[in-house]
Amino acid sequence: MQGIEKSFNSVQVLQGINFCLEQGSVHALMGENGAGKSTLMKILAGIYKKDKGTIKIKESNVDINTPKQSQELGVAMIHQELSPIPEMTVAENIYLGREPGKGLFLDYKEMYQQTEELLKSLKIQVSPRAVMRNLKVADQQLVEIAKAISLNAEIIVMDEPTSAITDKEVSNLFEIIEDLKKHGKGIIYISHKMDEIFQIADDITVLRDGVYVNTWKAKDINQNTLIKSMVGRELTEIYPKEIVPITEDMLELQNFTKKGKFEGINFKVKKGEIYGIAGLVGAGRTELMHGLFGLDKLDTGKVILEGKEVEIKSPKDAIANRIAYVTEDRKLEGLVLEMSVGQNITLPSMKKLSKGLFVQEKEERTIIKEQREALRIKCSSERQLVKLLSGGNQQKVVLAKWLIKSPKILILDEPTRGIDVGAKAEIYKLMCEFVGKGNSIIMISSEMPEVMGMADRILVLSNGKASGELSREEFTQEHIMKMSVEHI
Amino acid sequence: MEKDKEQKIGVKTFIAKYGVIVGLVIIMVFFTVMKAKFLTVENMLNMLRQTSINGLLAIGMTFVVLTGGIDLSVGSIVGASGMFAALVARTEVGMPWYLALLVGLLVGLLLGAVNGVIISYLRVPAFIATLGMLSIARGITFMASDAKPVPGLSKGFLSIGGGSVGFFPIPILILIFVLIICYITLYKTRYGRYVFATGGNPTSARVSGINVKLITCSVYMISGLLSGLAGVILTSRVTSGLAQSGNGYEVDAIAAAVIGGNSLSGGRGRLWGTIIGFLIMGVMNNGLDMMAVSSYWQLVIKGIIIIGAVMLDSLNEIKE
Repeated sequence: MQGIEKSFNSVQVLQGINFCLEQGSVHALMGENGAGKSTLMKILAGIYKKDKGTIKIKESNVDINTPKQSQELGVAMIHQELSPIPEMTVAENIYLGREPGKGLFLDYKEMYQQTEELLKSLKIQVSPRAVMRNLKVADQQLVEIAKAISLNAEIIVMDEPTSAITDKEVSNLFEIIEDLKKHGKGIIYISHKMDEIFQIADDITVLRDGVYVNTWKAKDINQNTLIKSMVGRELTEIYPKEIVPITEDMLELQNFTKKGKFEGINFKVKKGEIYGIAGLVGAGRTELMHGLFGLDKLDTGKVILEGKEVEIKSPKDAIANRIAYVTEDRKLEGLVLEMSVGQNITLPSMKKLSKGLFVQEKEERTIIKEQREALRIKCSSERQLVKLLSGGNQQKVVLAKWLIKSPKILILDEPTRGIDVGAKAEIYKLMCEFVGKGNSIIMISSEMPEVMGMADRILVLSNGKASGELSREEFTQEHIMKMSVEHI
Repeated sequence: MEKDKEQKIGVKTFIAKYGVIVGLVIIMVFFTVMKAKFLTVENMLNMLRQTSINGLLAIGMTFVVLTGGIDLSVGSIVGASGMFAALVARTEVGMPWYLALLVGLLVGLLLGAVNGVIISYLRVPAFIATLGMLSIARGITFMASDAKPVPGLSKGFLSIGGGSVGFFPIPILILIFVLIICYITLYKTRYGRYVFATGGNPTSARVSGINVKLITCSVYMISGLLSGLAGVILTSRVTSGLAQSGNGYEVDAIAAAVIGGNSLSGGRGRLWGTIIGFLIMGVMNNGLDMMAVSSYWQLVIKGIIIIGAVMLDSLNEIKE
């Protein structure tokens, strides 16, 4: 791809982009959110049309105007946001649009058999007959990957393929990628995770604000230089963990049990502490927090808050006890996308912001303005729809909406999933400020460096059971991994 | 989303946002040109009086649609509440008009509450629950009246639909009053915000501490209550309780809501759009009547307008 340019509504989002993918190699495409990575890939996939520039595949100029043309040229794309049809089975999703069959009739037997072979060859343990809706996000992601591979594409674009899968599945994916490389396929790999990039990529191209920065051989560049070129400034530390005094008990969970999800979980969180919860996807981490926040009913379990037992039957009770929950999926659970930035921020605080039945709009605006400035939320106005913001800014909106409730306990479930390095650093800083005031954070994260970088202690869950608790000096990836698989 | 896109007011966004108003103006110009008598104060008041019943239903429907639901039972609730109000309003019963009005409102509220409980707490899809109510309420209406008209209503009661205050017919004043209350409720109160949030993303709303079930239940009560009010006005205007009155009114109410740009999937909508929506329906009925277009053709034209309005809306959506 050479000299690619693209504008939306006269705003130039790509300018003079060059990108060259060699056969049998992995080329990482990096840059902060909004740098233009996804736009560039969407041009390759035929979703957007380029304004200028040329695309060559195997030395010949090609014209890509529709997703179908792109597919026929051997380009397959695994999207950042998955698009399976939830009510269909795995096999039906994989063969969607190219179902095997005779005439008008489907050959289900053939379809399931082929799918089974495909999944087996990729070591993906999912039944071809499983209904997509019932699968975990991680498995859905693996199915998408299988689908792209089954298209027999020459060029495979993976946009954040590991955002929802565990380390074990990641290493499985990397094996698959190595295999694809050997078969001469080219892979474009988009990710924010540095360690992955250095593990897998041969070449690295960095974009910044829609402009081509440079391309390096992965072995010729180190992490700091790379980050610097992405953000245009040096980040002194990725995890700006500050040491704050950790004092008495804030919250205690006793014997939390929900059949089939988790059982007999006990832990204490102290004031000033960031308490990490690690484990594989499906270990019951999110479910445990749903139980604590009153979103799901518990079978047994006691919550002791600052020495007093409290009853939490609904999110309302949890909020009344000054617990806040930044959910795993901001689009599904955190935001109302059709509402404005401002309305999203004040949604849980409506009671405080109204007199009688009426919303005090002046006060509301003041608070929204404060939060926008404090968290540096980038938006054209508070009335902009939240769906138009970038991932990092959306996450800040979710944080803002809880911070104005001045919670004592903040539950963060995958707080930095799919957001760029700059916004990540800002969120880490906010976390430190928050616990610095004597509050507590419970943080779930599948990114091990993140939990290890930010948490004071880590509870490791494995298959719904607690494998143990680690203090900061005991943190190692191997340790956590071992405990994560203890009860499987 | 790669870049935070600025929302620019271009010609396209203007049409997307205010296209329905342009549509209304075009229709009105058309009828004015065709019939000199169309754009007169007298005819406009008459048109508004005719429209007031659909207007009330459409406002209630807007609340329901905003939460992502639908209320198919409004026409039958109009029938039931109108009938019970008529039974109380008969001169021989000797009750004051406001008691009859109250009975009508209560019947509407009660049937709406039944809808709400079945939908939000017993988890029956709104389409099914209100479809059932459509049948049940109509059945009750026939039983209550023995399928016979209930004439001989008291003078006071008849003035609800037929009377005027100064220049303005009472139904129009009621409609304006309800509109103001509902506007304030939707845009100035906490409750209104919760309605939008519930429709936009029930999970986020629940996580934010909103009692989503209660909000869902309440919009059907609002729809029921306004249907009850519409039923009383209708009965008063036709001067007797009729078991089949209100039959099919849900179509116009839903049409007004969607023409106004309220998304049936919830969370996206606007009350002023609904106002334009029922005005378009009213102007069409009135104008086509004046032009002596056959009522069969009117049905066809109405259908085309409904589909066309939503089509324009979704075409704009795709462009976004």
